[in-house]
Amino acid sequence: MKIYVPLDSAAKALGADEVADAITQEIAARGIDAEIVRNGTRGMIWLEPLVEIEQDGERLAYGPISEGDVAALLDGKIETLGKVEDIPFFARQTRLTFARCGITDPLSLSDYEAHDGLKGLRRAIGMSQDAIIDEVKTSGLRGRGGAGFPTGIKWDTVRLAHAPQKYIVCNADEGDSGTFADRMIMEGDPFTLIEGMAIAGLGCGATKGYIYTRSEYPDAVAIMRRAIEIARDAGILGDDVLGSGRAFDMEVRVGAGAYVCGEETSLLNSLEGKRGTVRAKPPLPALEGFLGRPTVVNNVISLATVPVIFAEGAEHYANFGLGRSKGTMPIQIAGNVKFGGLFETAFGMPLGELVNDVAGGTASGRPVKAVQVGGPLGAYLHPDQFETPFGYEEFDGQKALIGHAGIVVFDDSADMLAMARFAMEFCAVESCGKCTPCRIGAVRGVETLDRIKEGDASAIPLLEDLCEVMVDGSLCALGGFTPYPVLSALRHFPEEFAAQKEAAE
Amino acid sequence: MPTHSESDAAIAEILSAHAHLEGPLLPMLHALQEAFGFVPAEAHEPLCKAVKITRAELKGVLSFYHDFRDHPAGKHVLKICRAEACQSVGGTAFAEDLLAKLGLEWHGTSPDGKLTVEPVYCLGMCACAPAVMLDEKLIGRADTARVEKAIAKVSA
Ligand SMILES: Cc1cc2nc3c(=O)[nH]c(=O)nc-3n(C[C@H](O)[C@H](O)[C@H](O)COP(=O)(O)O)c2cc1C
Ligand code: SF4
Ligand code: FES
Ligand code: FES
Repeated sequence: MKIYVPLDSAAKALGADEVADAITQEIAARGIDAEIVRNGTRGMIWLEPLVEIEQDGERLAYGPISEGDVAALLDGKIETLGKVEDIPFFARQTRLTFARCGITDPLSLSDYEAHDGLKGLRRAIGMSQDAIIDEVKTSGLRGRGGAGFPTGIKWDTVRLAHAPQKYIVCNADEGDSGTFADRMIMEGDPFTLIEGMAIAGLGCGATKGYIYTRSEYPDAVAIMRRAIEIARDAGILGDDVLGSGRAFDMEVRVGAGAYVCGEETSLLNSLEGKRGTVRAKPPLPALEGFLGRPTVVNNVISLATVPVIFAEGAEHYANFGLGRSKGTMPIQIAGNVKFGGLFETAFGMPLGELVNDVAGGTASGRPVKAVQVGGPLGAYLHPDQFETPFGYEEFDGQKALIGHAGIVVFDDSADMLAMARFAMEFCAVESCGKCTPCRIGAVRGVETLDRIKEGDASAIPLLEDLCEVMVDGSLCALGGFTPYPVLSALRHFPEEFAAQKEAAE
Repeated sequence: MPTHSESDAAIAEILSAHAHLEGPLLPMLHALQEAFGFVPAEAHEPLCKAVKITRAELKGVLSFYHDFRDHPAGKHVLKICRAEACQSVGGTAFAEDLLAKLGLEWHGTSPDGKLTVEPVYCLGMCACAPAVMLDEKLIGRADTARVEKAIAKVSA
């Protein structure tokens, strides 16, 4: 018998360690012959801690399980949810990037290989650099960190650059509220990211990789570091990657609590040990990146998707999706929802279906008022926009963005003026300080919203002008996109910005 | 409390352990903070020497990042998420209530030196919000009672 108890930090935040301890004690006391496996999460966070018991070739799920449920669970007195694969939230997904997450022991290489791990890297080893890049281009993969830039084109720029040393830098700084896919894959299937970075290294001629992640993610750091050691011992990393005669190695670096360090040039400065200020582009990091050398900077999910593209073929991947948004996106459903978690699906599902069907509406049971998609720089969407299909261009058409694909649902108790104010406040706190419209403008934005709240309607055009200055005069998307949440809140919920005073009286 | 020469030796050891890295400064600062609970002023000169930067540059780096401290924090650090997903499930009121119960303001440390409270913007727990992190332990779907219990447990 195998008993799976997730080690994912969201599962732990809901008591998974205590459940695992209780199971260990209980099986010892009862003399049950069972192995406890700490797996990643299946991504259905409302069911965490989700325990699975595998027996007689069947793996059944139970959840949420608390410490106090353990005796009853082992007595067979808790009703099963059935197989995870049959739970509607899971059954509706197309899991490519997250195919293994939650199924395997994250640090077991044999589990990894038994579930198609290393297939992609083995195939890439037999390919020329050209062919590797072409495969990525054909897949249609676009950057999952936010900007949606074609990954193959970025890799090609680095491949063509002449330099004695090139780098693959994985952006694992995941600072957007509503997002946790990077964390989940690093904790639940770390070898996928290692494999993806190794393929990138082969394709671009880079022999060194860095994963830059956040200090808020201590578990992900520990698991990634351990997985890198295991991969190195197994000859997946090192001087001779899987006997290819080519080298690739990597290490994990930890940020120090600055949201802006998720911006790629700020990240590179931070990695070099400097203040995390944003660099002007050009030069592109692909040509002058880490230590001035050609560098690929890609998001965790972009890189972790590479192995499945090589294992199954670029065409297979490109067959999913909508228009120029090809493949699947791990959508993170968060905030005030009944069913929160990770939902990987082909691009194209309408936002309303995600919010009302998949997420089951609000946890509070009250009507949905607004949905923020794409983190603190993403627009608030109104239920009137729920037909918008989940895709880069489709969201752009709504003056919105998908970003790293976090969706945060708010019920009708949300105060949209307060949310707009928060967006400005966040920008002021996290600004790298380089541009006046961002550094000072955001502070003025907070003050202007306070005036509007006091009932000063004449401040509304000021707010709009200020947003225009921020859009036009900011070097990066922190200052440049903060107007998205602010103006979307103003546009879709104008009544909350007008005549606040009268309403209060 | 380590003596001066003891801490000088510890500083030298930490710096030399990281000297071979590309871009060693942040790993050094993290290691110093891990060892001392903050980045001690005695480390400034050796740091500048080790990575060949000026004092002003080092100050610039230390002030840029929210994580680095120039004095010890409380024995335990409670980070309360202030970001949007936590707000969507009453995080703002929860944080205010918790701060009031603890008698602390943001960035404040309790008089007995046991607890420091800090804001954080997202802990990746957005599907089980609101969330806090007490030292390295996360609490999802947090409420004041559960957090107070967890604090009592670690400070017992
Ligand atoms: C303020 C700011 C924060 C960002 N944070 C992240 C982040 O946490 N993770 C990420 O992958 N990209 C982030 N980005 C986007 C990166 O600059 C960059 O586009 C991305 O890492 C490129 O990788 P991709 O092409 O694989 O998406 C951020 C951008 C800005 C302006
Ligand atoms: S917009 Fe803000 S964060 Fe971005 S470079 Fe300018 S000051 Fe820095
Ligand atoms: S300094 Fe960037 S706009 Fe003035
Ligand atoms: S917003 Fe609070 S944990 Fe993500």
